[in-house]
Amino acid sequence: MDWLDWLLLAARVVVVFFVLLLSVILLVWVERKVVADMQTRKGPMRAGPRGVLVSLADGIKLFFKEGITPALADRPVYLIAPIVSMLPAFLAFAVIPFGTGVTLFGRRVPFQIADLNVGILWVLAMSSMMVYGIVLAGWSSGSNYPLLGSIRSSAQMISYEVGMALALVSVLMYSGHLRMTQIVAAQDRVWNVVPQLPAFVIYLIAGLAETNRPPFDLPEAETELVAGYHTEYSGIKFAMFYLAEYLNTVTVAAIATTLFLGGWRGPHPEHLAWLWPILWFVVKVLAIIYAYIWIRATLPRFRYDRLMAFGWKVLIPFGLVWVLATGAVIVLPDVYGRRPVVIGAAAVLAVVLLLSLLWSALARRRETVEAPS
Amino acid sequence: MLGQFLSHPPVELGPIGPELVLAGAGVLVLLGGALVRRRQPRALLLASLAGLTGAAVVSVSLWRWRGHATVLGGMVQADRFAVVARLILLGVAALALVLGHHYFERLGEERPEFYPLVLFTTLGMTLITAAADLILVFLALEILSLSLYVLTALSRRLAAVEGSMKYFLLGAFSSAFFLYGVAMAYGATGSTHLSTIARSLAGQTGNQALALAAVALLVIGFGFKVAAVPFHMWTPDVYQGAPTAVTAYMSAATKVAAFAAFLRVLMTSFQPLTWDWTPIVWGLAVATMIVGSVLAIAQTDIKRMLAYSSIAHAGFVLVGVSAATQEGIQSALFYLLAYAATILGAFGVVMLASGRGEEHTSLGSYAGLCRRSPLLAGLMSLFLLSMAGIPPTAGFIAKVNVFRAAVDAGHWGVALVGVLASVVAAFFYIRVMVLMYMQEPLEDVEPDPSIVPRLAVAVPALLTLLFGVFPGLVLGLLERASVLRW
Amino acid sequence: MAADWIVFWVCAPISIGSAIAMLLQRNAVHAALFLIVNLFTVAVLYLVLGAPFLFAVQIIVYAGAIMVLFLFVIMLLGVDREERLVERLRGQRTAAILLGLGVVGEVVFAIRAGVGFSTRAPAGFGAANGGGNPQALGRLLFRAYFLPFEVTSILLMVAAVAAMVLARRRERPVASAERRAQEPIEPSEPSEPSEPREEEPVG
Repeated sequence: MDWLDWLLLAARVVVVFFVLLLSVILLVWVERKVVADMQTRKGPMRAGPRGVLVSLADGIKLFFKEGITPALADRPVYLIAPIVSMLPAFLAFAVIPFGTGVTLFGRRVPFQIADLNVGILWVLAMSSMMVYGIVLAGWSSGSNYPLLGSIRSSAQMISYEVGMALALVSVLMYSGHLRMTQIVAAQDRVWNVVPQLPAFVIYLIAGLAETNRPPFDLPEAETELVAGYHTEYSGIKFAMFYLAEYLNTVTVAAIATTLFLGGWRGPHPEHLAWLWPILWFVVKVLAIIYAYIWIRATLPRFRYDRLMAFGWKVLIPFGLVWVLATGAVIVLPDVYGRRPVVIGAAAVLAVVLLLSLLWSALARRRETVEAPS
Repeated sequence: MLGQFLSHPPVELGPIGPELVLAGAGVLVLLGGALVRRRQPRALLLASLAGLTGAAVVSVSLWRWRGHATVLGGMVQADRFAVVARLILLGVAALALVLGHHYFERLGEERPEFYPLVLFTTLGMTLITAAADLILVFLALEILSLSLYVLTALSRRLAAVEGSMKYFLLGAFSSAFFLYGVAMAYGATGSTHLSTIARSLAGQTGNQALALAAVALLVIGFGFKVAAVPFHMWTPDVYQGAPTAVTAYMSAATKVAAFAAFLRVLMTSFQPLTWDWTPIVWGLAVATMIVGSVLAIAQTDIKRMLAYSSIAHAGFVLVGVSAATQEGIQSALFYLLAYAATILGAFGVVMLASGRGEEHTSLGSYAGLCRRSPLLAGLMSLFLLSMAGIPPTAGFIAKVNVFRAAVDAGHWGVALVGVLASVVAAFFYIRVMVLMYMQEPLEDVEPDPSIVPRLAVAVPALLTLLFGVFPGLVLGLLERASVLRW
Repeated sequence: MAADWIVFWVCAPISIGSAIAMLLQRNAVHAALFLIVNLFTVAVLYLVLGAPFLFAVQIIVYAGAIMVLFLFVIMLLGVDREERLVERLRGQRTAAILLGLGVVGEVVFAIRAGVGFSTRAPAGFGAANGGGNPQALGRLLFRAYFLPFEVTSILLMVAAVAAMVLARRRERPVASAERRAQEPIEPSEPSEPSEPREEEPVG
């Protein structure tokens, strides 16, 4: 690597950073508009055309607000926490290929910051770091509601991280790669979302929980915890939490796009061949984000014990079974040949179906027997 | 892409067949206990016993194993030593399951997790006897230790929880020592396979200083598990605190498993260093025999007394180990067999004689036991005689064999100490018998009248007598089993 | 290789500094934070050494999962700000320092005896990592070490069962001193279930 490579790398980092920041500003507006539309309101209309500058205005307001540090706060941790909560989202984005790349100055410039050969694990690592910002914020505020929020969030995020990891495991088993570019390359015929639909669903649900979005926004449940972990934050530090939350949403959507929706893949004309993949990527990310906003506008918040029960008793067992099924589909045909495996799978499915039918019949009979007593 | 993972090396699962059966049975019983709405402890017991029987059948079939000596990437040794050790362990587990079932039933506590935990412990124990790699030894050791910590705490007495906590802390400590030893062995020879370590040490390619450090650390690790002095501190508290049925199980089985692994590790991988480790084992044996026997005298609680007695027995087994010959291995195996039968039976009697729960375990409550239950008193006397090493019991033959192996290997000093220690030990065994037969009952404890647990206690009694009168029945088998190759 | 060199000289001092800072912290949460920093920098060092899989796993497992649990426990127990640093055992600190020095000496000796102080990659490093580091690790785990791998799963299952059994107690054992004031555990039997210990000759 010579200086030009370094320069191009730095340029990519800077561009990604600013694009992400900009996307958050737009995303806040998009979310408010979409939610408003679903509730047949108009949403923000004042700042800029159709209110597009509303989040900019919010940002400026927050920037000039007085930053208050509570008397009981643990100062250094209190100051670090917002930064810590922002970092992992940015870092996770480093391994995501958001386009094919261009040839500049006679060398190939991929549209990706770093193509780690453990890319998918890096994503997992960063999603496991996301919890720190919230935990530290809650603890360092020296106040009870934030502490409750952060304890909740650490339990929630650790639990759902397992489900998310299981979804990622089945993807990496299916594509046989840890490297993000190769995972995208392996989807040249069929996007992973087709054969790995259950994993996709698991990932989207776990992603909601990881980003603390509704209906899983227990750490900041305003009806119970005032505002959860960021109750005591104000001004620019609060803005950073806000930013982190949306950054996380973007990152999770981008990861889902890369792993399940074929990344930057999509039909496009030869003209401007480098631009189309980026557009495809953006469109797919936006589609997932739209789905998230839709969910937010539709579903009420979970109760905390139900949230944990769902994570441990539904999502994780389901994920485990799916990993097992994926492994069977990959390995068994090579061992026994394709036909016996298909027949065997059909037989197992038939038995399960039959049993479930019988089960409901039996259960009904038991109910009728037990009802008189 | 995954093709590279699919070209498997040949997988021979035969030699871990018993473990597979146990794992399957354990999971089934676990699920049965958790999912079935109307729980039947008896069904769980029967299922567990079936699992143990299956494992035993598979083990016996391994006696004539014709495949490779080590399988599964050199992790498991398929030899007769493992077969014999496994059979002892499975037998102990079966009897302990019956005793434990009865114990919790009588206490009125529902403990469906008792059965799978015993099965998993047994799995760890049988696996450790066949493990040919230090990593596998460590994992098996952890499986059996973890399950035992929980089994100890299974009753809701405070003493059980306290014992479990002590066991856990010291056990974790000893695991650290063991792991450190494994690391040292790896550093010295670049491998954790027992045979590779041995070859490297024999060829002088390994680092001798690190290897010696490894031996010392591994001996400490095993010393904790077999309760050798000075690593015995946990034993009395844990044995006293645990539910008596669990005590019976772990006092018998843990020692067999840990000694089997101890023998295999010392006699195969560190065989080239025999001259260096014999003095260590020698010293341990002497200290263990003396301390165990002397401290047992001072005890006023039968469970504590038996705990110290089991410490002393570990010393006698160590005498056989220190001989470092095939004869030594054979004598150690026989001693373990005799000891397992005896201690299991003794704790079984304690369980039956001490009333519901654990209220009457002081020695005083054994006064006049022969009036209340001549059968239990008789069984107890038989076990005590065997522990003291008085003919015609298995304990006598076992002690003689161990001492002869030591003398043949030139360690007559150890043998002498052993004889003296057994004389001292005979004192407190006889004292209990005097209490049982020659004193008036002080407390009115009603012994447990059930039949099944008595049968379970009668089995080891019969074995103790049988092996005492006709030791040739098993000595021939043990001789063929006591070959450890590398 | 200049990049490696820079990364090393950035991360190594941070990792040692954070380790020392962790020891000197009186506040449990701060100590945990320094530990996280330390684990993170060590992970980066693994990356520099050509072990990207270990790098990722170190962050996921240690920095991500275990330390979160640490923080969780610290917060739940409400270990308050300052930890008292009174030595329970006399001479504990001296003994700890001596033993620590011993370990350092031993590690130096072990490295010296094992691979020496060379700065080159050990022989066969490239061959062992053939086809990529994660792939090579996968081959080892699922071929040579597949039995220990499977046995570990049994160990974890036992641990899970153990945790369930111990945690799901209907009646909590109370500390003996407290309990003497209360009623015995089993109402039907008034005798004290845990007898006072007999005098024990050896501590």
